[in-house]
Amino acid sequence: MFAKKLVTSAMLFTTLSLTTLTALAEEVNIYSFRQPFLINPIMEKFTEQTGVKVNILFAKKGLVERIKREASLSPADLVLTSDFSRLMQLTEQNLTQAVDSKVLTTNIPSQYRDPDLHWFALTTRVRNIYSSVERVGPVPNITYQDLASPEFKGKICTRSGKHPYNISLVASVIAHQGLADAKVWLQGLKANLARKPQGNDRAQVKAVKDGLCDYALGNSYYLGKMLADPKQVAWAEAVNINFPNQNSSGAHVNVSGMALTKYAPNKANAIKLMEFLSDDLAQQLYAQVNYEYPVNARVAPSKLVASWGDFKADKLPLAEIAKQHKAAVKLLDEVKFDL
Amino acid sequence: MKLNLISNATLYKLLPWAVTCLLISPIIALLINSFSSDPQGSFQHLFDTVLLTYSLNTLLLILGVMSLSFIFAMPVAWFVACCEFPSRTILQWALMLPLAIPPYIVAIVYTDLLDFSGPLQRLLRGVMGWQRAGDYYFPEIRTLFGAILILSLALYPYLYLLLRGAFLGQSGSLFQAARSLGASPLRAFYRVSLPLSRSAIAVGLSLIAMESLGDFATVNYFAVSTLTTAVYDTWLELGSLTTAAKISSLMLLALVILISLENYSRRKQKVYQRGGATHTQLRFVLCGWQKWGALTFSWILLVAAFILPLFTLCYYALSYFSASLTAALWQYTLNSVWLAIIVAGLALLIALTVNFYQRLCPGLFARTTIRLSSLGYAVPGTVVAIGVLIPFTELDLGVNQLLLENGFSGIGLFFSGSLFILVVAYLVRFSAIAVGSIDSSLAQVSPSLDLASRSLGQNAFQTIRRVNFPLIKKGMLTAIILVFIEAMKELPTALLLRPFNFETLATYVYQFVSDEMIEYAALPALLIVLMGLIPFIIVNRLLEKST
Repeated sequence: MFAKKLVTSAMLFTTLSLTTLTALAEEVNIYSFRQPFLINPIMEKFTEQTGVKVNILFAKKGLVERIKREASLSPADLVLTSDFSRLMQLTEQNLTQAVDSKVLTTNIPSQYRDPDLHWFALTTRVRNIYSSVERVGPVPNITYQDLASPEFKGKICTRSGKHPYNISLVASVIAHQGLADAKVWLQGLKANLARKPQGNDRAQVKAVKDGLCDYALGNSYYLGKMLADPKQVAWAEAVNINFPNQNSSGAHVNVSGMALTKYAPNKANAIKLMEFLSDDLAQQLYAQVNYEYPVNARVAPSKLVASWGDFKADKLPLAEIAKQHKAAVKLLDEVKFDL
Repeated sequence: MKLNLISNATLYKLLPWAVTCLLISPIIALLINSFSSDPQGSFQHLFDTVLLTYSLNTLLLILGVMSLSFIFAMPVAWFVACCEFPSRTILQWALMLPLAIPPYIVAIVYTDLLDFSGPLQRLLRGVMGWQRAGDYYFPEIRTLFGAILILSLALYPYLYLLLRGAFLGQSGSLFQAARSLGASPLRAFYRVSLPLSRSAIAVGLSLIAMESLGDFATVNYFAVSTLTTAVYDTWLELGSLTTAAKISSLMLLALVILISLENYSRRKQKVYQRGGATHTQLRFVLCGWQKWGALTFSWILLVAAFILPLFTLCYYALSYFSASLTAALWQYTLNSVWLAIIVAGLALLIALTVNFYQRLCPGLFARTTIRLSSLGYAVPGTVVAIGVLIPFTELDLGVNQLLLENGFSGIGLFFSGSLFILVVAYLVRFSAIAVGSIDSSLAQVSPSLDLASRSLGQNAFQTIRRVNFPLIKKGMLTAIILVFIEAMKELPTALLLRPFNFETLATYVYQFVSDEMIEYAALPALLIVLMGLIPFIIVNRLLEKST
């Protein structure tokens, strides 16, 4: 029992010293749904410029619940998300606060921020349809709706329907066409799948290269990432990138974004960081390193991304799409999309 | 003097309950949550749509992994414990090594090897002249069967370890007696050796069942939807922790019933070992087809479960070596190791507490503490994490409010924002393993030894120290090593509950694996394996010397 006491007290001492250490420095704390290696280069620049240390906790599941449970004691100042639905969950559960900053409202166009200023988008990404160079070629007029028609039978690959990117796409179809039509569409899409939904977006492009399918759903920046990877460049070169619904509603666009937490202990630094992330330098890094579309109109996309050409984006406000999030999840269950 | 004895005894009754309360507090928190209302009708929705399929998949997964693990573990445990054949001394410890590799890593490695653009299918196409995927049939790895296979390869060592121990502990003369009475070797094995190992089989299989039930990473990677999928979907996407907790509770309930039934069915069985020649002295020398059969089976299993994944990882690590070798890697290794050491030590103390309580004061209560303290192992990691967060954030909020009201300054998230909560979460997850291995090794020690010791004037604690401890030394070491290895591999609770800037090897690996960049994850993944292997080999050496 003595050993137990010793270990426990040693542990408590360590944690105590850790907590005091983090309380002293000039810093800002981030709970991040995005992988550290994507955002670290940008955070390093911020620390370089301001001297404020950035602490990041990365997880893909459970961060919203953690903030909720920690309540007024939460150390988190800022939440970074890789899609829109998480931003909505945060604001809906009253875990965020408004940021009234001239810099933010100038840098981020109004369609990419909450009217109440609780969340802000940082980058946008398109849900593209990739087509095989060898067997299909470019299909500039393709629509998401086409994917449900019989001539695509056995030709489509996608990741799990339950991934936020796909839920968001389904939610946008519900928002545009209503639940009943969306169900018919989703059933059609399900019937056309070459294989059970699996893997991530990159894996779908690889499947096109392998000849398992001719079309794949995938986010735009993955193509840039794959072209920069020595092993994956061959996969990327096997597909054309197409922007869907160009003659109709426009391509479905999701965002990565940020929100200030309700009880942010380092509020001033957090706002400083938010402004930095919306400003030219960080936005350029997002564009150059991650191949995402910057929301800041002063910053151009990377050369590669620009070479894919201009496109028409869905004009429906993100909040309208987010309202259908739960309906989309239930619809995916109903048509047994992943099974 | 008398007073002292009484207070000790009271302490000894309180301690197991205190430990159990700590370990089930997250599950109680989830249960309370599962009884609150569910305004969106998420459960009804699931029930109407996918719940049946998910339940069926879960059932098939668990039964499949249990059966296949048994098929893998039982023969090799028998070979190395009771037979003599070349390379037996290597195999007896090498067959435990797969425990050191996280199952999701094995899953990724096998998918890379076996999918369309993997080396095997490329070779086949090259040799046979096939061009497209439609030209030939190749079994799909990302299926329920693939998940069963990979989980069995990763988990069979639990059963192997316990079974080998049981076979080794059995008196060989019993088997010989059966043979001399005319039983064939197979019949003697089936009628004598196997029933004598039933407790080991039960503990091993229930550990395997719990781990499979709690697994998400591997199953999700293989695109198999189970009840765990439902837990995550309802919680994260439908925003209903209530429904998620409800499903988790139902899963636990099913498990508790299963384990209790098994326990009930052997309630009258008592198996203790007396002296007599062990199998060690009476190993059968295998020759001819028996030798080759044993060799082939054991080595194929070892290659498939350990050597092949290890070599693939080494190959990736070497080709991306400069990109993945960072200075921080050593810090992460250190973090993982000392966290795992603390957890392993505490888990052993917990296991000793509840197991000796059960031995000293047997009965329903004692049995219940053992069962309850093991439940956390079957709950998916992220759910455990939330379960642990609920009581400890409440505690923190309460303490802070109390301090502030009395004019002191707050202490922030003293419990839930520090490594403390991480250690608790690990204990909730892994105490089951320590409890199981102590349980099964203590079960082999005849109570008549305790009675003899007591009648010679030793008190309960002296008996434990001087009689029981030496006899279950092996079980204690096994418990420490198993928990250490599990803690090294643990991902979901570490990911969500760690403090800022605290990275373990597993969370570092996940950064890359979550984007399917296995090459960058290979070096840290290898470190997880190596760090698990070192204590393993040391302990094995110690055990060999002592026997």
